[in-house]
Amino acid sequence: MSNTLNLTLNIWRQDGPNGPGRFETYKAPGIPEDASFLEMLDLVNEALIAEGKVPIEFPHDCREGICGTCGVMINGRAHGPERGTATCQLHMRKFSDGDTIDVEPWRAAAFPVIRDLVVDRSPLDAIIEAGGYISAPTGTAQDANETPIPKEVADSAMDAAACIGCGACVAACPNSAAQLFTAAKVWHLNSLPQGQPERYRRAQNMVETMELYFGSCTNHGECSEACPKEISQDFIAYLNRDHMKAKIFNRKLASQR
Amino acid sequence: MLPDAKIPAGPMAEKWDNHKFDMKLVNPANKRRFKIIVVGSGLAGSSAAATFGELGYQVELFTFHDSPRRAHSIAAQGGINAAKNYRNDGDSVYRLFYDTVKGGDYRAREANVYRLAQVSVNIIDQMAAQGVPFAREYGGLLDNRSFGGAQVSRTFYARGQTGQQLLLGAYQQMMRQVHLGKIKLHTKKEMLDVVVKDGEACGIVTRDLVTGQVEAHSGHAVVLATGGYGNVFYLSTNAMACNVTAAWRAHRKGAYFANPCYTQIHPTCIPASDEFQSKLTLMSESLRNDGRIWVPRNPDETRSADQIPEADRYYFLEEKYPAFGNLVPRDVASRNAKTVVDQGLGVGPLKNGVYLDFVDAINRDSAEVIEEKYGNLLQMYERITGEDPYKTPMRIYPATHYTMGGLWVDYNLMTTIPGLYAAGEANFSDHGANRLGASALMQGLADGYFVLPYTIGDYLAPRLQKKLVDTDDEVFTQAVAGVQDQTARFIGIGGTRSPDHFHRELGKLVWDYIGMARNATGLEKAISEIKALKDEFWADLRVLGTADSLNSSLEKAGRIADFFELAELMARDALDRRESCGGHFREESQTDEGEALRDDENFAHVSAWEWNGTDQPQTKHAEQLVFDEVHLTQRSYK
Repeated sequence: MSNTLNLTLNIWRQDGPNGPGRFETYKAPGIPEDASFLEMLDLVNEALIAEGKVPIEFPHDCREGICGTCGVMINGRAHGPERGTATCQLHMRKFSDGDTIDVEPWRAAAFPVIRDLVVDRSPLDAIIEAGGYISAPTGTAQDANETPIPKEVADSAMDAAACIGCGACVAACPNSAAQLFTAAKVWHLNSLPQGQPERYRRAQNMVETMELYFGSCTNHGECSEACPKEISQDFIAYLNRDHMKAKIFNRKLASQR
Repeated sequence: MLPDAKIPAGPMAEKWDNHKFDMKLVNPANKRRFKIIVVGSGLAGSSAAATFGELGYQVELFTFHDSPRRAHSIAAQGGINAAKNYRNDGDSVYRLFYDTVKGGDYRAREANVYRLAQVSVNIIDQMAAQGVPFAREYGGLLDNRSFGGAQVSRTFYARGQTGQQLLLGAYQQMMRQVHLGKIKLHTKKEMLDVVVKDGEACGIVTRDLVTGQVEAHSGHAVVLATGGYGNVFYLSTNAMACNVTAAWRAHRKGAYFANPCYTQIHPTCIPASDEFQSKLTLMSESLRNDGRIWVPRNPDETRSADQIPEADRYYFLEEKYPAFGNLVPRDVASRNAKTVVDQGLGVGPLKNGVYLDFVDAINRDSAEVIEEKYGNLLQMYERITGEDPYKTPMRIYPATHYTMGGLWVDYNLMTTIPGLYAAGEANFSDHGANRLGASALMQGLADGYFVLPYTIGDYLAPRLQKKLVDTDDEVFTQAVAGVQDQTARFIGIGGTRSPDHFHRELGKLVWDYIGMARNATGLEKAISEIKALKDEFWADLRVLGTADSLNSSLEKAGRIADFFELAELMARDALDRRESCGGHFREESQTDEGEALRDDENFAHVSAWEWNGTDQPQTKHAEQLVFDEVHLTQRSYK
């Protein structure tokens, strides 16, 4: 049996997208240090239900750090104190007995609160919809080994493709920018041979859609710090390069406007 | 009566090609007149929706997630099989077919499995063209590994995140069709009923999880790609929201449910540590390539693992199965772990695990080599348990991982309700009684990219004059009212115990009696105890909050209600199948050496169960399995 912690939680409660929100304080006694952060919230909710109080809504699903559903601000930090770790993989042994923990939803104008700690991240899907794909209809593919890809290139594409789409980069950014999310997808596809034909269209369309919802990047680097997959800020430089080139390649002749 | 499985005639290797030619086509200009509803956005759902959109159909895709990319296919770690024979090691379509039928302990339909092996090669080509960053060698060609005890290297992978990369590939293809206006995407909407008119599926009913709005949606055909039911065990490697509800509501509307007792218990998961535990975490079974599995010989052992000398260690898999050792198939590895734990030899504070030890591998290859191969997994283990696997052996124990049973489908993937299809883990079709590693991703994408897009046209072609059923039609208004009534009922019970409480209690019953080993007495007991707990659920459930806003307790209540009915059917199916096969182990049917003993004489069939009404036992229909190609043998891994 593991050691236990007695905690005080200040949790953001909000009844709906339009309602005012407020912090409410809850005592969380006897939390086992082997519990994950989300299991701690499960225990708090079980206690609330027993008292006849409406439980806290929080985002979660796979609980193994890959689906990207979970994510809250823990003491002001996206996904909490442990580097490279999504909220679901954070365990209570990283906290101390007697701690007070503030828990808030992602903070960004593009992510309105749905209820309590759950936000709407659909603008991230809109960015992918604008060009985060390679147009390869089913049935048209040649043999996979017809296009060799140097291992270094495939590895770098994979480093970018590891993004789980949780939105921590946006929540951590002082400008609520989505550059790291967008850059990760652009670089994954633009670095591969299969991605070349649509390379500059993709960069331009995804950036334009991103700018409809999100703030601008000013290179603070908070995004990479908060990223549970530790995706490198360098990809933003690649994105900027392709976006700038796109402005030239995609220029339209007067008659095409 | 079970409908015909529609297996095409002719030699095995030509069945699918002949069938593709024989099926009716919908003229390209007419495809836009048909609307197809797809429920679920995992590998099968996303790939089917994308391909329907490319073909020109109108598609509506529903997911209860906030984004289609969250579907649980994303969590698959190891890889995807394909009979490419890039390694020149003797692989072929026929060998993948043969291995899959054998691995499923001869309880799968040969023709479906052969088709799966055939299209496996197209999947890799398709996913590479979409930009999935598969692992490569320095020459730039695709890398492969051997997986799950296969004798050839046919598994393609993208680090330990193959499922993620394949799902993102399919999701991106789907989002492209959303952009082109071919697919209408509905997120945060949970399907709660299938609607049937004049014997054909004509739509679904959903509940908007944010507003609580119950809505009717009409379509010419409905595809359920809604995953498996492993969460009936409460603790499993599935994501928290995985459930049987979509498939179960279809079952209640007339779709037969096949082989519910075939559940797969994955041998290498982190053992439960306490009552509060919400899920079990899988450690890729590739760890078994280098780790050695053992327990102390003495049940009262008190020394730490590194202090126990070789002579006092019981390497139970290596001793019992010298040929395969630690690489025996999943069902065999899991059952043996259970045996030693039941003998009191388990390790860890709750004595509920076995050691997976890397010391020999580290001494042989160095810690750096092991880190290169398994670094991310070992780090995940350390994060969850707080123990360093480079110093202390990992503790592992089997956990529910995948369900081979599901909605009965014919060769065209159509359920017993015309116009209603089931794809991916939601159907029963390809894995028999046990799924091989790296085959789930293969099946999901095969169904979505390469099977359904052909077979659905054959159903739609003669229905060109069929109009969409109006959502004001009685069949829809009744279904909507049914969902609203159930929602109101959950909130109205006003009892004292939470949905999670009941789910946990149900899970314990299912694990104890319908888990890794089953017997008649236990199964009969399970049926009566599940019923008793179900009655308590309906009398003492507490769901707080309202029906018109985000309310996860309410969502869970609906899913648990369906798990109760499913659990009872699992027990009945397991009781009826008086043989052992694959993941279904009946203690009454074992060899002298304690291995699973099939009864091909009486049980070489699919059990498809027909709904007869609430609280009425289902009726069983048997589909006899015919083996023309594969020779049935007792599996042996000694």
